[in-house]
This record gives sequence, structure tokens and C-alpha cells, in this order.
Amino acid sequence: MELSVNGREAYVYTGGRTFDASLPTVVFIHGAEHDHCVWVLQTRYFAHHGRSVLAVDLPGHGRSAGPVLGSVEEMADWIVALLDAAGVGKAALVGHSMGSLIALECAARHPARVSALALVGTAFPMRVSDELLGATRDDEPLAQDMVNIWSHSAYAQYPGNPGPGFWVMGENLRLMQRQKPGVMHADFVACNAYANGAAAAAAVKCPALLVLGKRDIMTPPRATKELMAAMPQSRKVEIAGSGHALMAEKPDEVLEALVGFV
Amino acid sequence: MANPRYLGFDTLSLHAGQQPDPTTGARATPIFQTTSFVFRDTDHAASLFNMERAGHVYSRISNPTNAVLEERIAALENGIGAIATASGQAALHLAVCTIAGAGSHIVSSRSLYGGSHNLLQYTLKRFGIETTFVDPRNLDGWRAAIRPNTRLLFAETLGNPGLDVLDVPNVAQIAHEAKLPLLVDSTFTTPYLMRPFDLGADLLYHSATKFLGGHGVAIGGLLVDGGAFDWEASGRFPELTEPYDGFHGMDFQEESTVAAFLLRARREGLRDFGACMAPTVAFQILQGVETLALRMQRHVENTREVAAFLAGHAAVESVNYPELDTHPDCALARKLLPRGCGAVFTFAIKGGRAAGRRFIESLRVFSHLANVGDAKSLVIHPASTTHFRMDDAALAAAGIGPGTIRLSVGLEDPRDLIDDLAGALRVSQKN
Repeated sequence: MELSVNGREAYVYTGGRTFDASLPTVVFIHGAEHDHCVWVLQTRYFAHHGRSVLAVDLPGHGRSAGPVLGSVEEMADWIVALLDAAGVGKAALVGHSMGSLIALECAARHPARVSALALVGTAFPMRVSDELLGATRDDEPLAQDMVNIWSHSAYAQYPGNPGPGFWVMGENLRLMQRQKPGVMHADFVACNAYANGAAAAAAVKCPALLVLGKRDIMTPPRATKELMAAMPQSRKVEIAGSGHALMAEKPDEVLEALVGFV
Repeated sequence: MANPRYLGFDTLSLHAGQQPDPTTGARATPIFQTTSFVFRDTDHAASLFNMERAGHVYSRISNPTNAVLEERIAALENGIGAIATASGQAALHLAVCTIAGAGSHIVSSRSLYGGSHNLLQYTLKRFGIETTFVDPRNLDGWRAAIRPNTRLLFAETLGNPGLDVLDVPNVAQIAHEAKLPLLVDSTFTTPYLMRPFDLGADLLYHSATKFLGGHGVAIGGLLVDGGAFDWEASGRFPELTEPYDGFHGMDFQEESTVAAFLLRARREGLRDFGACMAPTVAFQILQGVETLALRMQRHVENTREVAAFLAGHAAVESVNYPELDTHPDCALARKLLPRGCGAVFTFAIKGGRAAGRRFIESLRVFSHLANVGDAKSLVIHPASTTHFRMDDAALAAAGIGPGTIRLSVGLEDPRDLIDDLAGALRVSQKN
């Protein structure tokens, strides 16, 4: 579905069903150098189980017009502008990696618009090493390989995403290569610069869930202590055998964690 | 963290796509010899049917053993995924019919395996898909043959049996300038000798019967997607970019930015045409893939020795192997196939058809049969067998003469192969 958000064209995937603003809405926010399709095995399910789904392509990503927004705070405000454009008053937010920071900041800044908050593959602070940050600026193919290798826990995922027969590392690499030059650096700069996580978490009043990969080395589970402490209402689900690319490596486990929460 | 590195080819050949079985601890890939998979409940069943979850429903559509093979070949090819099919021909048919239909057009190399030529020239034509055949070495010919209704360009990485080396980067560029994908048959080269996606191809398939399986025991095919072709930007493929009535209005490109082709191929072509691979066959081909690198090295080493022997033999008119300076694609082969040009080649024997018959019937180690890529050495006379449906003009265009003999060099002791050939050549020249 195409929407006009802040005067620019924005694409949202609605899970294979026509969007209905009268149903409880779940917004899915992808991470750096990605687009909506990382959520294919979660979004379709919710759209066919009583929810309306808005799986966004953030500005400058996938099919949405640019430019890329330069900070987590700007992207958080953009999510609310998207809700306005879709005619949605309040929604549950599900974010992965950079998307989890966007969801967190959005819930803190706009508490009346967020009913529940699910942070998948999250950490705060989400620091990016100088080496990786430099590669996103100077050598995107190298940076994509770094992120791709560090995001996956193994060389075999069962039974593949978006279905049997897919090699998820190859698929993830191609998805990153589809993003426009410069997007990756802007996204990683935004993650690295985001400093408001602890304060934002303290301001979150809605239910919160953290879904973490036990073998995640990009956002290791231990890097969520500050967030958990600031959100006493939160709980976490740790998924065995998954790295940072949880939705691809353990699609059913991520879905089960979200069902009943959002 | 230090710069990471992907696992190497040999490691992927053994590990990609499979972890020890979580239920039994089995290290080898189990053969899931079952037609169907039990649903947890009715909602789980409906979710699987509607692609809301990943999982297996029915072995015509997917099977865990097949999925290991599919994922492994995708990893070896640097693709995004694959579909195991009943044969290499089924893989070609599935590729074509996923993105072409009545009124569509294909531009194909004329240097093809006879079965592929037949499918394009006669059988698909009956269903409204027309093909223009071009000289694979003539880049202008490829460009000139493209029409508004063309859907793909197609060729073999090494033409069968003339061993034309496909200029993949340049033919891919021509395809992409026309917003079309390039499909290649990689059977003769395998990912060990060439990875076509790295050179610009968009789709590829294997007759896995040949070098991937490697032991002449199982018929199968693999269709692999590189995931880089932008179907949406092309604007020529409504099958992938517009709602599909056959799956509740699914728009495959919306479902997956990079995997639309494979999603439709599995959800339509495998479902409806049904040319799936049996799980036991997938297991047998996986056993071959585990040793692919080792075998291809030895295949190439043996072939070099055999080709050199034949090139210096008085009873041989010519040897057609791209590593030899006499082959018109020798320079291109050095560039695109640095690890070698495979183990299949042709030569022309002095004395024409009669000498060829005596030669084949005198061989003892080489087996006379219609296959290539076996661990055992094979021989055949293409004009009377694999390519018999082609007329003389088409045969000549494909580089096949009446005395052309095709060898598939196996893994035997090369001294035994050369002794066998020497003896048969001696007999061939006796009137």
C-alpha cells in the first residue's frame, strides 16, 4: 500500500490483506539496510489473524521515497506521521535492531499512540565499531559481508525463510545490496548516535517485550540490562540457536513470542 | 572484531543447509521418506497453506531432505535459494514457465543439449512460446534477436557438445540492457568451475544427474535464483509483480523483494506441474555434492591428459576442448574458467562415421551410453544419439560433424584411459 507521509511517498506491506484501520494495528519496523520483507513470516500471520499490519519501508529504503532520515528520533516521529496517514490512532510497534530503537523512541515520545512495544534483536547503547562504521562509509560490500556474517548464527537454518529451499545468508545479502548507496552508512550512524535509549525506556508505560537471539553477537542479550531495568513492566524471550537475524533464523519462535503480545 | 570471512567452497559442500538432526542427532542428512507432514492444529495447517509460516506440508511442494540440497546448492552458487526438480529438463521447464507463457519469446544459444533444443524448438512452441536461436559467440546476434515480448535469454555455460564458452558477462549485459534475465545451464561447469551469478547471470539450473550427483545413479535437477534481478523495475513480468489469482491475489514481489521468482516457481510451477525430486534422490545427490570439489579437480586433471593425448594422435583430426589453443574460445576460457573447462569434450576421428563406430565398439574402459558427468568415463556419438533430432544444418551450426565423438572423462587412472583410447583408435583406422 502506498501512503503519503510528510508529503513523500511511503510503501507499507499489509500482510497480503487490504488494510483496515478499524482493526487493532501492528506496525513492523525493519532494521538498517533492510526493508519490509524481513518480516514476511510474521506479518502475513497477523494480517490473517485479526490484526491490520503496516510493515514499513522506512524513508529511502525499499520502495519508499528518500531521503533517509538521519536519526532515530526523526524516524520515530515519522512512524507517527505514518499512523496519521493510515488513519490509525494507536498501534502496537514491533522493531528489529535499528527498528527496535525507533519503536522505543516512538513509544516514549508518543505514549498515546503506542499500545505495546516489542523489541527484537535489540540493545542499548547500539554502538557500532569504528571498523564497521568506516566500512559502511568507504566500502559497502565489505560492510554488507561483515553484517551478514555477524548476523547469522549458523550456515543452516531450518526450514528456510521465506520458505524451504532458501539460503537465508544469500537472501539477506541480496536484500542489503538492493538498498541505495549511502543508506547503510546513514542507518549505522543513526544507531551509533542514539543516546536516549535509557531515558526513553524509563518513559515507556505500555507493555514491553524483548525478543533476543541467544547467539546474537551484533546485539548480544547481555546488552539489554539497562533497557530491562528501565522498563520494569518488560519481559524477555531468549531464542536458542539464533543470531541477530531472528526473523529469518527462527521465524516460528519469533512469531510465537509475538502472538498474544501485540 | 576482525574482518569476517564466509566459509569456503569445500566446507559449504559438506555443511551448507544442514545441521545435525535435532531429534536423533544424526550427522548425515536423514532421508525424510514421507509424502506429508502432520499439522499441530487446524490453525497451523491453514497458516502453512497460506504461507504465513515456513514449513513443510506435502513433499511435492517441499521436503526437508530436498531443502538441504536446495540450500546447499544455493550457497555454493552464491544464490538465494533453489528448487529441486525431477530432472534438469524439469528445471528448465520450470524456469521458463514461471516467467513466460503463450505469446512469449525466448532468445537462446543454438549450442544446446539436444533435449533442451527440442523443448524450445518444438514442444514449448506448441504452447505458444517461441524461441529464436543465435550463435552464442555473436553478441550482436543476441541483441538483434530480442523482441518486445522476449522474456529471457538462455544458454549453456559450456555448449553441448561444441564446448562454446558462454561470454556470461557480455551476454548478461545485453540481457540487462533490455531489462531481461539471463538463464544459464551450468551442468558442465558446476559451481566449482564457474559461478555464473558472480559473472552477471540471473538464473541457472543444473542437471544434477551429472557432476553434482557424480556417480550416475540418480536423475534430478536444480533451479537456482541469484536474487539480483529486479523484476519490478523491468516491468515485463506481471507474473511476479501483480496479484496472482492462483494464490489469493498474492503479489510475489511484495512478499519478498529478492525472492519473487522462486516463490512463484514453487507455489505455482512445482505445485501445478508437479515435477518434484524424490527425497531419496536428493540424498543421493547430496552425497555427490559433498565431494564435488575433489572430484572436479580430478575430472579436469584427467581430461587435460586425455585431451593432450588425443591432440597428438595421428588418427585424430581435431580435438575440441577450450583449454587447447586451437579452440576459438581459449582466451575466454582462461578468463572465465581458470580452474578448468570441465570433463566433457569432443574430437573428430579420421575416417568419419565408420571409423567412429569401430572406435566406440572397441573401447573397454569407456562406457558407451547417453550421459555425462559420471565418475566412470563415458563415450557417445552425438549425431546418432543425443542430437539425432537435429538436421544436418543445425548439427553443423552446433559444431557436430558425422565423425564427432563426445567423451566424458571420469576418475579412473588416466593411464588406463589413454591405453583404452589408444587401442580403440588403432582399431578404428583398420579397414
